[in-house]
Amino acid sequence: MGGRTTWWEVRDERLQRHDAVFEYPGPAVRVALFITCFNDTLFPETGRATVRLLERLGHEVEFPLEQTCCGQMHFNTGYQREAIPLARRFVEIFSPYEAVVAPSGSCVGMVRELYPMAADLAGDRWLAEKVEALAPKVFELSEFLVKRLGVTDVGAYYPHRVTYHPTCHSLRMLKVGEAPLELLRAVRGIDLVELSEAKECCGFGGTFAVKNADTSAAMLSDKIRHVLDTEVEVCTAGDNSCLMHIGGGLKRQRTGVETVHLAQILASEATEEDMKR
Amino acid sequence: MTIKPPDAFSPGETPTFEESAKRSLANSQLRRNLGKATKTIREKRAAAVGELPDWEELREAGRALKSRVMRHLDEYLLELEESVQRAGGHVHWARDAAEANRIIAQVVKDHDAREVVKVKSIATDETRLNEHLGREGITAHETDLAELIIQLAGETSSHILVPAIHKNRAEIRELFMRELGVKDLSDDPEDLTNAARLYLREKFLSTKVGISGANFAVAETGTVCVVESEGNGRMCTTLPKVLVTLMGIEKLIPTWRDFEVFMQLLPRSSTAERMNPYTSFWTGVTGSDGPREFHLVLLDNGRTDVLEDEVGRQALNCIRCSACLNVCPVYERTGGHAYNSVYPGPIGAILTPQLVGIGKPGPDSLPYASSLCGACYEVCPVKINIPEVLIHLRGRVVRRRQDTGGPRAKLDPENAAMQLLAMIFSDHQRFEAAQKLAKVGQWPLARGGEIRRLPGKLAGWTDVRDLKPIPDQTFREWWKANRGGG
Repeated sequence: MGGRTTWWEVRDERLQRHDAVFEYPGPAVRVALFITCFNDTLFPETGRATVRLLERLGHEVEFPLEQTCCGQMHFNTGYQREAIPLARRFVEIFSPYEAVVAPSGSCVGMVRELYPMAADLAGDRWLAEKVEALAPKVFELSEFLVKRLGVTDVGAYYPHRVTYHPTCHSLRMLKVGEAPLELLRAVRGIDLVELSEAKECCGFGGTFAVKNADTSAAMLSDKIRHVLDTEVEVCTAGDNSCLMHIGGGLKRQRTGVETVHLAQILASEATEEDMKR
Repeated sequence: MTIKPPDAFSPGETPTFEESAKRSLANSQLRRNLGKATKTIREKRAAAVGELPDWEELREAGRALKSRVMRHLDEYLLELEESVQRAGGHVHWARDAAEANRIIAQVVKDHDAREVVKVKSIATDETRLNEHLGREGITAHETDLAELIIQLAGETSSHILVPAIHKNRAEIRELFMRELGVKDLSDDPEDLTNAARLYLREKFLSTKVGISGANFAVAETGTVCVVESEGNGRMCTTLPKVLVTLMGIEKLIPTWRDFEVFMQLLPRSSTAERMNPYTSFWTGVTGSDGPREFHLVLLDNGRTDVLEDEVGRQALNCIRCSACLNVCPVYERTGGHAYNSVYPGPIGAILTPQLVGIGKPGPDSLPYASSLCGACYEVCPVKINIPEVLIHLRGRVVRRRQDTGGPRAKLDPENAAMQLLAMIFSDHQRFEAAQKLAKVGQWPLARGGEIRRLPGKLAGWTDVRDLKPIPDQTFREWWKANRGGG
């Protein structure tokens, strides 16, 4: 053995850190999970992780089954008349809850930032008032944890080299700021690497990726170059839509780099397998 | 005389952004120049703006002032007209490009001039003044270095502030040797600038009429202002006997004091400078100093139509700093020509379709030339919410197509898909049925755990990306099985 640190010392240190008793102070919140149609259908693992995480922190999670889609795709593509009934449905379903949490920055951005515009367009006073009352209770997952609950250490264990891509809507619309990074820094075993030009859009942009496929591809290739430069195993973010775009490119190029939603990293715990290792 | 390629403001149809972007994206010289230039100016701007502790308050002041101007534009314009006339200037009102060009050509002809010198003016690019003057036998000489370069090359500007951003110095050297007849020219930037300077000095001294645009005009005093960095603007507005200024009606500011705000916002946002190098102000005419005759042409050309749209009208607040171009990830890759307009980038994407009117395929495609990342809004010195206006205009484009497009618009695959999805999302049982159907329906596409090729328009996705197939169990199925109901 050349170095001073041996593998068992590393393991012991890791286990020690993990054994540190995890304490969470705040009172329990009754949370309605706004899964988003996209996660519901394509990324159920992100939804399961969100439930696991919030329950682990002592909160009660409910899932209103009537929910479908917030209408973001319709609204942002110009089909705004079609999105308005979806906005009305959304506020009816979610208004009764104390807090609404979604593992998606862009869908929360739709509700908080664009529903008022939708209400205005429809000339719907009822919707405008409902949105005004509901919007402050709707959170993207990382801001719910850090800003609403005041917790950064969620007791996660994730022994991988990871980089974080701040998605545009969480960064510039919701202004989640450092919240996701604070959560990631507190994860045990993680090797968190900074992504260069991180704040630049990955090129997804909803229907933009199909309508302006060539420009989107040019933006994606630069994002992928920056991700590969970090030599990570995993690229994470708070939006599966952006991750599907980045991950789709990483897969197509057979880079071997995975994309994993932030919720899944935060929900990860050391298993008995990990403890034996 | 060179005829520039048609754009959104000329008659006839222009290609869509998607079509033009394809060509630009394949140009490696352009990609390299743009990538380097925008990154440099982005960083410099951030540093220059970071120096001011009250930057956010300044932005808010800029927004409030400009919004006020738009709300009371009718009154301010009359005030400006009176102030300019009081100071000995002439004021002309031009409904559209043709009228503006006619007025300007008449002034030039009244003075028997065959040549004019111009300081960079996007408004005259919008009206295609140089071509009109050319048809009347009048030669217009652009005097900004970059404008001169693209004029000699017969090209159009690709950036509001750095029009020749798409050209390299070797190309410029060849162009000058050919067009200016310069011999023994190196591609050293200093040599190139000197060659242009020699050529331009002669024009400044021999030309009777100068033409400018305007960055600002003060309603209270009638003062017109041009902000530039090379000194050519100062020469154009002081040396010729006659000065004609073409100005969009939205360039007004109420009082002289308002410069306090805009002279801080503009240079830092645009060139990342604390203070602008050459800022020229003139108020009418003053005896023996400067031009003996001053004409101010006020251009509408669609602007009052924009005022009607309460969400869209904030686009008129633009002070042409180009910060939004430099931070835009789309512009950084496609460059300005893909927008087929004198106003490129994010601001162009909201300004052009409004000025020319919704309903033309080329300009209608511009609000879609954005991933809605919001970087433009973050840097805009007058806080134009560009992403919001982009979304708003997409709505206008779709509604117009649906309402006036007849049966063909209804059968449009995008519209049909959106209607179907809206119907599915209107009820959770329908949504669940659709999820089940999609899982079954995807089997011909999903091979080996990945979808590698999608049909039709969706192939744009799978050209460069794999797609994850829908997993066996949706989230709600898992919830029902593990948490029992809602």
